[in-house]
Amino acid sequence: MTVDHSFRPTGSTFSREDPLTLQHAYGNYVAHRINPLTPLELYIHVPFCLRRCGYCDFNTYTATDLGHGASRSQFAHMIEQEIHLLDDWQEQHGIPRRPISTIFFGGGTPTLLPAEDLVHILTCIRRTWGILPHAEITTEANPDTVNERSIETLANGGFTRISFGMQSAVPRILNILDRTHDQQNVIRGVRAAQENGLRTSIDLIYGTPTETMEEWKQSLTAAVDLHTTHISCYALTVAPHTKMGRIIRDHRIPPVNDDDEAEKYEFADQFLTNHQFTWYEISNWSIHGEESQHNLGYWKNVDWFGLGPGAHAHLTTTHIHDELHPRIWADKLNAHLLPWVEPEYLTAEENLEETILLGIRLREGLPLSQIIPSLTSTQTNHLTHEIHQLEHDQLLTLTHQHLIPTLKGRLLNDLIINRLLESITPQNNHTT
Amino acid sequence: MQKNVSGETPQSVIRNFCIIAHIDHGKSTVADRILQLSGVVASRDMKNQYLDKMDIERERGITIKAQAVRVPWTVDGVEYTLGMIDTPGHVDFSYEVSRSLAACEGAVLLVDATQGIEAQTLSNLYMALDHDLTIIPVLNKIDLPSADPDTYGKEIADLLGIDESDVLRVSGKTGEGIADLLDTIVRLVPPPHGDETAPARALIFDSEYDAYRGIITYIRMVDGVINSRERIRQMGLGTSHDPIEIGVISPSMIPTDRLTAGEVGYVITGVKDVNQSKVGDTITTQNQGAETPLPGYKEPQPMVYSGLFPIDTTEFPNLRDALDKLKLNDASLIYTPETSTALGFGFRCGFLGLLHMQIILERLKREFQLDLISTAPNVHYRVITEDRQEHIVTNPSEYPEGRLLAVYEPMAAVDIILPKDFIGDTMTLCQEHRGQMITMEYISANRVDLHYRIPLGEIVFDFFDQLKSRTKGYATLDYHEDGEQESDLVKVDILIQGEQVDAFSAIVHKDKAYAYGVMMTKKLRTLIPRQQFEIPLQAAIGAKIIARETISALRKDVLAKCYGGDITRKRKLLEKQKEGKKRMKLLGRVQVPQEAFIAALSTGDVNDKDTKDKIRSAEHKARFS
Repeated sequence: MTVDHSFRPTGSTFSREDPLTLQHAYGNYVAHRINPLTPLELYIHVPFCLRRCGYCDFNTYTATDLGHGASRSQFAHMIEQEIHLLDDWQEQHGIPRRPISTIFFGGGTPTLLPAEDLVHILTCIRRTWGILPHAEITTEANPDTVNERSIETLANGGFTRISFGMQSAVPRILNILDRTHDQQNVIRGVRAAQENGLRTSIDLIYGTPTETMEEWKQSLTAAVDLHTTHISCYALTVAPHTKMGRIIRDHRIPPVNDDDEAEKYEFADQFLTNHQFTWYEISNWSIHGEESQHNLGYWKNVDWFGLGPGAHAHLTTTHIHDELHPRIWADKLNAHLLPWVEPEYLTAEENLEETILLGIRLREGLPLSQIIPSLTSTQTNHLTHEIHQLEHDQLLTLTHQHLIPTLKGRLLNDLIINRLLESITPQNNHTT
Repeated sequence: MQKNVSGETPQSVIRNFCIIAHIDHGKSTVADRILQLSGVVASRDMKNQYLDKMDIERERGITIKAQAVRVPWTVDGVEYTLGMIDTPGHVDFSYEVSRSLAACEGAVLLVDATQGIEAQTLSNLYMALDHDLTIIPVLNKIDLPSADPDTYGKEIADLLGIDESDVLRVSGKTGEGIADLLDTIVRLVPPPHGDETAPARALIFDSEYDAYRGIITYIRMVDGVINSRERIRQMGLGTSHDPIEIGVISPSMIPTDRLTAGEVGYVITGVKDVNQSKVGDTITTQNQGAETPLPGYKEPQPMVYSGLFPIDTTEFPNLRDALDKLKLNDASLIYTPETSTALGFGFRCGFLGLLHMQIILERLKREFQLDLISTAPNVHYRVITEDRQEHIVTNPSEYPEGRLLAVYEPMAAVDIILPKDFIGDTMTLCQEHRGQMITMEYISANRVDLHYRIPLGEIVFDFFDQLKSRTKGYATLDYHEDGEQESDLVKVDILIQGEQVDAFSAIVHKDKAYAYGVMMTKKLRTLIPRQQFEIPLQAAIGAKIIARETISALRKDVLAKCYGGDITRKRKLLEKQKEGKKRMKLLGRVQVPQEAFIAALSTGDVNDKDTKDKIRSAEHKARFS
């Protein structure tokens, strides 16, 4: 693999203690590499929740006011400041302004903020950078925190899509997941969204300990019955340090089982296919043409900005993210500093790894044209050999020069990634 | 007052003695106090365990290499020269112990006043009695609140058939009683009685490698004189050398012009290979040398074998260099290159015993930074095949195929000393390991000496760990070779995906083959991670499968969510997995973690129901097929 030996700023030269130096170095680095034709997306992280779900491992807080301006009521104002600082930074370093291609409000629970605040942020973005016509603008919503009026406000303010965290239609399972909402609220919310011309998406979780296949089927049926056009199904993943992790460790509920999740995944894929949904990414199914453009951007490795505590940004071959804790985040903004934590500059090798690990999740597949040019002819030979093996193992297909995982390959995606990467690691080229 | 000159000390004022003790009974501390009291080491230079040079020795509190120090001690105005020979405390080094004993006329039997007699103390004591040494019984650690000198003093007195008042009481820590001990040594230990005018004969009781000076050979002069300018000859090896230096140790090396009968000292010839200086051999002069060597010389024989393989196969040359270096200082270490289909290139090593093996492994890891897999230890078997050929098998993978006329396995005479409460459990353990009880003696009201004959192969596996756990650590064990016996042994192979993995093969008694097979396959099932295909694990005797487990195919490894910050995390996770994979061995298509090979080193407990059921059903099937 060719390695990028060009200059990269390192952590030792630009420490966290000197945010301005960091900001400038990062700006210079990005300015020299940015491709103005690459779409630029925007993610906004709203770190507030009414309560924390047992399995939740995200950067969220249940307090309404964390001090120093890190409060729900001040949040839109703080994001506005971040937008201005980011824009100034771009301008200082000669990074061309690009209109935003998609926007996603995630959390946490973005809908804990008044709908007017979310619209205000949107307006601010539009004024600063512009938003492409027909851009997809989504907010996540907890079914308990939206109503007909707030949904109407969002629609009028420019939102085009709402993603509902339904998780399950079975109260027993919702209870294990620590979710409080009522299925009736989901139905009401989705209907209101649809009446206001918004696209909808439903998030489901499968593999909750003790969940039966019948219960999983109930949830899938309920989601399809909502006439939504997009469904995401996520296997429950329990981090050991979460509340649910501790409950499992204490043997109060059984652990998550990979085989059970694999079966439920296969069932979901079959069920959704029977209901006119098609998978387009490992955990995402939609009616044709209703794929989430924002999410596809992540897996195609486009550029995106992140706003809000802990939000990540990818610009060319760099990663950077905001301070995790809302108060530290707010402190920096109040001091007119971008609330960044030290950037990561990817090597060519690391960038290739990301291209592979992201692209191989997609139904449209990983284009070989994104990998081959950076390989030596020996590496290409090894890769070609491995691709044949993977085809033989029925893990992927090679169609029109794209590597597309099979159903088995979607579940064993890590195996595919590992084998592809291993085939092109340099030391491999000596042995055979 | 007369002052003894090194190299010219008359035998009448020499007293050579050693200290025999169980590990942790404070031998080195007492030796330290003796050095201090006699003035050869100034108090300010004193560091604990002065004689134990190696780090591992100091850490483990055991003495691996014997050393010899000359200390002056005056009684009634006469200066005496004490030769204190530090003996290794462990059973693995019993040949070295016996050579050290052969270099002395007396032995201090040191017993911890809080613990009493232990198995090793006994075996070393018997060895000392065999050498007709004068025994001076001493209770140590009398300063400790938990010391019970009355009880243990009686134990010793009963054992030796002496009066309780003859058992000395000392504290190595405070120095109490040490002067009295030295006086007693002078009084009771007989002086050497070599023939001063006869041709020179000196016993090699130890040798060590020094990076700057080469091999240092420790000798005890028995007869005659060796001069520093005189060519010397090793009678057993038949080699001759000019000494570069001869001298005594007190406590550092002091060169002398000669060594005379009765003295303890050292010789340096510039030889670099410890094999050129074999413990037990006799040194004489080249001209007018002795004709008959001193008795008792033998080559140390390895008792335990294990394959050592570098985890990273490119480390093989480093492993060879490391073994070569250790060998310089340890003639008993034996190794030959070995190729394993599972583990690649390595060495089959022979050790004196389990502790010896552990020490070598530890040193390879610590001093040479080698990451190794060591296969389960085994003993050597004498196998007679149908064509009446005899094969010595030190590696299970070399066990002859086909019909065998007879198989002989080495036996061990085992002494176990333990509190009487644990007799039942310990007897069960010995029976499980095919032991035959010889005697049981009460050494005091509460403590028992069990004497068993057990196949050595049963002991080297995990006997000691189990003994410790079943007796809450109270039992002590000692064993020595005790001939061989014909046994009904079979080789059990382990197959992963139908491929035999040589590193897991074991030679076990027929009655235990099923248990071994079931336990190994079960254990591997938990240790080998699931892979994209099903992995059958089988245990077999020849072509007959005796146990089977299956690792079902992995169905899902994907991360459900991969947005924003997940991407960096995911990449780092994959990089970590890649590192982890480097520590896996690829057997066929199956990735096997190192832990699997390490786990094969112990059978663990077999008390869960599933294991018992499986063993029973495997045995049942075998009976009716």
